[in-house]
Amino acid sequence: MVPIAIDNVTLEYDTPAGKVTGVKDVSFDIGASEFICIVGPSGCGKSTLLNVIAGFLPPAAGEIRIDGKAVKGHGMDRGVVFQDFAQLFPWRTALGNVSFGLEMKGIPKAERDKIAREQLRLVKLEKFVDSFPHHLSGGMQQRVAIARALAYNPSVLLMDEPFAALDAMTRDDMQLLLADVWRATRKTVIYVTHNVAEAVYLADRVIVMSAHPGTVQADIRIDLPRPRDPLSLEFVDCQKQLMRHLGHKVSGNGAGH
Amino acid sequence: MSDTIITSAPKTGASKNNVSMSDQSKGRRSLWRAGVVLIIAACCYEAVARSGYFAPALMPKLSLVAQTFVAMLLDGTMIEHSVFTLYRVMFGFLLAVLVGLPLGILMARFAAVEGFFLPLVSALMPIPSFALVPLFMLWFGIGNLTTILIVFYAATFPMMFNTWSGVRSVNPLWLRAAGAMGADENALFWKVIIPGASPFIITGLRQAFLRAWIAVVGAEMIAASDWGLGWVIFDAKEFLNTDVMLAALVVIGGIGFVFEKMVFGSLEKATIQRWGMSRVAKG
Amino acid sequence: MQDAATTISAREAPGHSPGRAASRLRSIWRNVFPFIVVGVLWEIVAISGIFPARLFPTIETVARTFFALTANGILPHHAIETLIRLLSGFALAGVFGVTIGILMGRSRLAEDIFLPLVSICAPIPGLAYTPLFLLWFGLGSFSSILLVGFVSAFPVIFNSWTGVKAVKEIWVRSAHSMGADDRRMFTHVILPGALPYILTGLRLGLAQAWRVLVAVEMLAAVPWGLGWLIFGARKFLNTDAMLAGIVVIALIGLLLEKLVFQKIENYTVVRWGMVAA
Repeated sequence: MVPIAIDNVTLEYDTPAGKVTGVKDVSFDIGASEFICIVGPSGCGKSTLLNVIAGFLPPAAGEIRIDGKAVKGHGMDRGVVFQDFAQLFPWRTALGNVSFGLEMKGIPKAERDKIAREQLRLVKLEKFVDSFPHHLSGGMQQRVAIARALAYNPSVLLMDEPFAALDAMTRDDMQLLLADVWRATRKTVIYVTHNVAEAVYLADRVIVMSAHPGTVQADIRIDLPRPRDPLSLEFVDCQKQLMRHLGHKVSGNGAGH
Repeated sequence: MSDTIITSAPKTGASKNNVSMSDQSKGRRSLWRAGVVLIIAACCYEAVARSGYFAPALMPKLSLVAQTFVAMLLDGTMIEHSVFTLYRVMFGFLLAVLVGLPLGILMARFAAVEGFFLPLVSALMPIPSFALVPLFMLWFGIGNLTTILIVFYAATFPMMFNTWSGVRSVNPLWLRAAGAMGADENALFWKVIIPGASPFIITGLRQAFLRAWIAVVGAEMIAASDWGLGWVIFDAKEFLNTDVMLAALVVIGGIGFVFEKMVFGSLEKATIQRWGMSRVAKG
Repeated sequence: MQDAATTISAREAPGHSPGRAASRLRSIWRNVFPFIVVGVLWEIVAISGIFPARLFPTIETVARTFFALTANGILPHHAIETLIRLLSGFALAGVFGVTIGILMGRSRLAEDIFLPLVSICAPIPGLAYTPLFLLWFGLGSFSSILLVGFVSAFPVIFNSWTGVKAVKEIWVRSAHSMGADDRRMFTHVILPGALPYILTGLRLGLAQAWRVLVAVEMLAAVPWGLGWLIFGARKFLNTDAMLAGIVVIALIGLLLEKLVFQKIENYTVVRWGMVAA
C-alpha cells in the first residue's frame, strides 16, 4: 500500500483562556502496509492527530503526506473507524452501510452489493447482511464499521479506539479478527488506543505519546512473530517496556495495566 | 390535543427480548378491561340520561346519539361535512409542510436565514392560532380561505421547528463517516442529513397535523362557515341538538385518531422504529 | 473525537471577545432587524391603500390605540381577566391531572379505569367540547375555566402517569431495603423520580390552556377577556383594537414562554441531568 509521512505537525486548540498547544512538532513515518498503534494517556492528542490525518481538522503547522501528496481534507484513500457505535447509519441495513462508499463512487448496485457482501463475509457477518444496526450487538456494529471502511478499498485504514467501548471478551475476539483482516488486506493501518496489551498484540510499531503538549515519547518496533500469544513471556516483556515509556511503575510480571 | 398523544404510552423498562410476548398479553388484558370500563361508563351516562334529572335535549340517550349518527351518515350530511373539514385541513397542512420543511432546513443550514427568521418565529409562535381568526375573518371573509390560512399558521411552526432542530442534531459522526467515504454535498444532504433528521421531521409532521386538526375545528366554529364538523357542533348548540353535537364529536375524534395512529403511526413504524431511531419526543 | 469537538465549539468563541458591548449591540441589531423589515413592509402595504385603512391600519395607529386602551385601563382589565381564567383553569388541570396521573401510575385499578376514558377523550381537539360545556354549564366565565381545565389536564395526566412508570425499579428496591415505608417511598422516591415528567406535563398543559383559552373566550361570550376583545372588535371593524389585543396576547405568550416554560425546562434538564419526556 502507501507510505505516510507525518512532518512536524503541530495542533492548537482555541480555548477561552487562549491558545493551547495540543500536539507539538510530531514527526514520524509509516511504511507501506505497516500496522501502527499510537498509544498515550488521555489528553495527549492522539485522537486529534488521527482526525488530522483523516483530514477532518487542519494542522496549525506542519504537513501530512500520503504517498508523497499533502493531505487536504478527507479523501477516499483513507477509511475511518470511530469508537462510537453510533457511526453507522441507523436507516441503512448492514449491507446498506457497507455499500455507502461504493454508492458514492457511482458503482452500479449489483456490483456494490457483491463487494459489500464480500466485505461482510470478511468480518464474519454474512448472516446479518439485512439487519439494521440497532439489532446488532456492539461488537457486530464495529465489525460492520470496519467492513464499511474497507469496502471502497482505501489504502489506509484509520481507527480511533474502535474496541474501547466493548467488553473484554468481545474485544479479544475483535483483535483477533482485525489481525486476520489486516493480514488478508495488507492495508496501512493507524490505530489509536490507550490499551497497551492491544497495541502489543496488533502493531508492527508503537508510537508512544506523552501529554501537555502531545509529543512523541518513543517509537518502538514490535518484532514478535504473528499470530501473537498474549500470555508468552516476550509479549509481557514488550508490554512492560511500553508501560515504562508511558511512565508507569512496573513491578513483578503481571500482564495488563 | 397536540402534545398529549406524543408523550403517551410509557415504553420504559421493558427489556428488548420479551417485549412482544408480554406486550401482547398485557394488550389483551387492558383491552378487555377497557371494554368493561367503557360499558360501565356508558351505563352510568344512560342511567343519568334516562332519570330525567337533566333535560333530554341537554343529555340525549345514547341510542338517540347512535341513531342520529347513523342517520347523518346515511343521508350523507356527515360525510359532506367531514369532506369539507378534511379538504381544509389537508390544504392547510400541505401548505404548512411545503413552507415549514424547506424553511426549517434552510434555517439549519444557513446562519443568515436562521438569523432572520428565528426572531420572527419566536415572536409569532406564542400567538395562539385562534387569536388570528377574527383578523383573518376581516381580511379574507368567512370562507375556506380563512380556515385554511389558520390551519396553515397553526401547522407551520411545529413543522419548521422540528425540521430545524432535526437537521441541527444530525450526528456529526455520520457526516464525518460519509465525508470519509467520499460523499459530496448533494449526497450528504439526501443520504445523510435528511434520513438522519427524519425522527424529528416525522415528529414535526405529526405535531403539525394535530395542531392543524385542532385549528380547523376551532376556526370552523369561530368563523362559522357553512360546512364542516366544527360548524356542525357549534350550530347544533343554537338548536339544542345535543345528539348531533355528540355524533359530530365522535367523528372528529375518530378522524383525529385514524390520522394519529394509522397514518403517522404506520409512517413511524416503517421508518424510525425500523431503524431503531425512535426517540421520546419533546412536546 | 472529544478533542475535536471542543476545538470546533471553542473556535467560535473568540468572535465574542473583542468588546462585549459592541457584540451585544450587534446581537440586538440582529434580533431587531427582521422586525424592521416586516414593519417596513407592513407600512408600505398600509400606506399604499391596497386594503382599506380600517382593515389594515398603519403601525402608528395600532400603537396609538394600544397606548390609549392601556392608559384608560381597558386593555389591562381584559388581560387580567384572561390571566385569572388561565390560572384558575390551569390550577384545576394541575391538581386533578397530577392526582389522576399518579394514581394511574401507582394503581392497576386506577389505570384500568382512567386509561380508556382518557384515551377516548384526549384525541378530540379541546375546542370541540366548547359547545357541549356551554350547553351544560351555561355561557360565561365558569364554563370557560372548566373547559380550559378539562382540556389542559390531558397532557398533565399522561406525563405524570409516564413519569411514575419511569421511576426506576432499582430506586424503589434500594429504598425498600433501606427501610422506607409506603408514605416515605412516595414522597422521597416516587415523587422526585417522576418530577421531571410531571413538570413537563404541567408545561405542556399550561401551553395548551393558553392556546384554548383565547378561542374559548370568543365562543363563551364572557364579558371581559382578550379573546372577547378581539372577537368583539371585529363587529365594529376596529382592526386597530384587534391588533392591539393580539399584541398583548403575543406578549403574554412570550412571557409564559420565557419566564415559565424555559425555566421549567432548564430546571429539569440541567439540575437533574435527565431529559424528561
